[in-house]
Amino acid sequence: MKTEKETKQLTAQVNGYENITGAEALLRSLIEEGVDSIFGYPGGAIMPVYDALLDYKNKLSHYLTRHEQGAAHAAQAYAMVTGKPGVCFATSGPGATNLITGIANAFLDSVPTVFITAQVVSSLIGTDAFQETDILGVSMPVTKWNCQVKKAEDIPDTIARAFYIATTGRPGPVLIDIAKDAQIDKLDYKYKKCTYLRSYNPQIPLNTRSIDSAAIMINHAERPLILAGHGVLLSGAEKELREFAEKTGIPVAVTLLGLSCFPSGHRLYAGFLGMHGNYAPNMLTNQADLIIAIGMRFDDRVTGNLKKYAKQARIIHIEIDEAEINKNVQVDIEIHNDAKEALRYLIPIVKQKSYESWIREFRICDKTEYDAVIKSETKPESGKIRMGEVVNLASELTNGDAIVVTDVGQNQMVAARYFKFSEPNSLVTSGGMGTMGFGLPAAIGAKIGKPDKQVIAFIGDGGFQMTIQELGTMLQYKIPSKIVILNNNYLGMVRQWQDMFFDKRYASTELVNPDFITISKGYGIPAKKVFRREDLKKSLETMLAAKGPYVLEIAIEKEANVFPMIAPGASVSEVTLNYKSKK
Amino acid sequence: MMKQEFTLSIFSEDHIGILNQITIILTRRQINIESITASESAVKGVHLLTLVVRTSSDMIRKIARQIEKLIDVLKVFVHTSDEIIYQEIALFKVTTKGLMSGSVIDHVVRTHQARILDVSPEYIVIEKTGHKSEIEELFNQLEPYGVLQFVRSGRVAITRQVKELNSYLQEMDEANRLKPEEMETYSKN
Repeated sequence: MKTEKETKQLTAQVNGYENITGAEALLRSLIEEGVDSIFGYPGGAIMPVYDALLDYKNKLSHYLTRHEQGAAHAAQAYAMVTGKPGVCFATSGPGATNLITGIANAFLDSVPTVFITAQVVSSLIGTDAFQETDILGVSMPVTKWNCQVKKAEDIPDTIARAFYIATTGRPGPVLIDIAKDAQIDKLDYKYKKCTYLRSYNPQIPLNTRSIDSAAIMINHAERPLILAGHGVLLSGAEKELREFAEKTGIPVAVTLLGLSCFPSGHRLYAGFLGMHGNYAPNMLTNQADLIIAIGMRFDDRVTGNLKKYAKQARIIHIEIDEAEINKNVQVDIEIHNDAKEALRYLIPIVKQKSYESWIREFRICDKTEYDAVIKSETKPESGKIRMGEVVNLASELTNGDAIVVTDVGQNQMVAARYFKFSEPNSLVTSGGMGTMGFGLPAAIGAKIGKPDKQVIAFIGDGGFQMTIQELGTMLQYKIPSKIVILNNNYLGMVRQWQDMFFDKRYASTELVNPDFITISKGYGIPAKKVFRREDLKKSLETMLAAKGPYVLEIAIEKEANVFPMIAPGASVSEVTLNYKSKK
Repeated sequence: MMKQEFTLSIFSEDHIGILNQITIILTRRQINIESITASESAVKGVHLLTLVVRTSSDMIRKIARQIEKLIDVLKVFVHTSDEIIYQEIALFKVTTKGLMSGSVIDHVVRTHQARILDVSPEYIVIEKTGHKSEIEELFNQLEPYGVLQFVRSGRVAITRQVKELNSYLQEMDEANRLKPEEMETYSKN
């Protein structure tokens, strides 16, 4: 006679189910979704999952970071370079709350990520148990969706739904909170991918009428300008964008997160938009008669003063997230669609054109910017090393064939300005949130995602120390990312604002730094510091040639500011090329 | 921009935390909820939340899009007060002694179209449905006789338009190119 349990198990097997633990079901579900790398940090409540991980070592690589925030940023960077969702594990309580900065960062930058947090045993939820925190409540405003699982049998379906939501529509982070007992209990496992939720409709029917009207507007424009954002990369529409631009002859300006969606060397490339962007696209935004915004959200760092933003222009907005349309800027034609689908429909119905005199205006602005800013920043003849020349040199030495990771601040703006991007998804940066400390863990995640690519991170001395412990992760997994510390012994961007807008009152921006070389060597990572211009090229070459991880610290001009700049409250056409600080 | 009263009818899945997700959107923009009602809708498994807020027409449009963006929300309708027929319900507990003097009770019930729900030697319970102002009017009239307790509901509203939620649900299904029977798979909490 078989026991009841055995009979049940047998029936399940016959029906194609397997009786396994919740923890195992979680890992099997992840494998079904194509996951091969996980970033995380263990703790009490998530121990059953980590225990099960040992049995799936050959299919799932787990990277133990030194702080959960690092795991979140690494997972995001992994997603940004691969296009696959990044996956991150953390335990309950502090493990989960430590993820929040990383989750919020992925949310603002629409990066598909799946965060798995453990929760205390379900009977203890709501009792202020040890390491219990209401992570659903805490993460609700910064996730696309979140959900708690209290029963093992709910794990496969919830994971399926999580991946569906994270990766479709406008992507974003989702968080699944799994009670410890649900990880331990057994369930009859069978995986079915989620392809449909009745309350969520990412498949938007093509808005052909709007696109037809847009085509007429485009065909009649005299000074049109394309603003391309992260949405182009997220929808994989780089080719379509290029085809559209080349057919219509319209110049393409890009946002910070849109960088690399259009080759920086292309004749129609108009430059990088926003507060520290290029002179031409900012100035000429206010002279265009038509703006075609694709997969971007008119962030305040792009638009400057909204009251004086592109008032003369008609605006076409192609955007997958309806809530972004008419949010900051009133548009004339809304195309609520995926960028790739909309462009595919649009390309055949627009006319072949060219705008020589309009393009010439961009080149004139470019010349002005080169003479006023770029020349002295990238090819200075005297004084201390400048950030621009470092980035420019790295760009030349790699021929633009590298994934650039940045931290936040001057290092980020300079990297965005001077690196010549040639491949899509080759910039990993924290845009919407501006999270200092993003750079180092992101450099790890990016390299794991694209091991064959050269990954160079430009990080300031401030941000580096926010997540410096992740050098331990580089050591443990021998991650051969190249870390460039642009050290000016200041929180440079804040210092620049103090210089320009706070009467040079440098409140808490000067840093007394440790010896980064000794620290790196302590982590077993080769490191070198450069002081003189004549050693710069050689040192960068040594770094790029290094087989393993490498830290290159560069002593940077202390009091340099990033220009051009659109001062807060100013219009895009009031962009400042240089500024003499008051003595 | 001029503020006015809007009624939001939000149809959502019957999942835990929806209300929290909606209030986060409102709180972040410093918008107060004037009234709120939550219940099951005519469609099984679909919840209906009716919120009344005062804000500008520009802001309500943005908010509606943000709410509709929530994964578990099916559809949001925004209406100005003249586009809907709406009611609130109020219950009054008034001292019997005060109310029984003269013909007050008779007058109240007749002119306000109120109903008496319960009578005891100590108190009488009166029910009144109507607009907020009508309820307030009755309250003012009863107050001198000693109102022991007063409660009122949030707003329930019905639209003047003909198109129903069901047709929106159908449209969504067609857009997803899926058979209706597959909808049943989505029933978990």
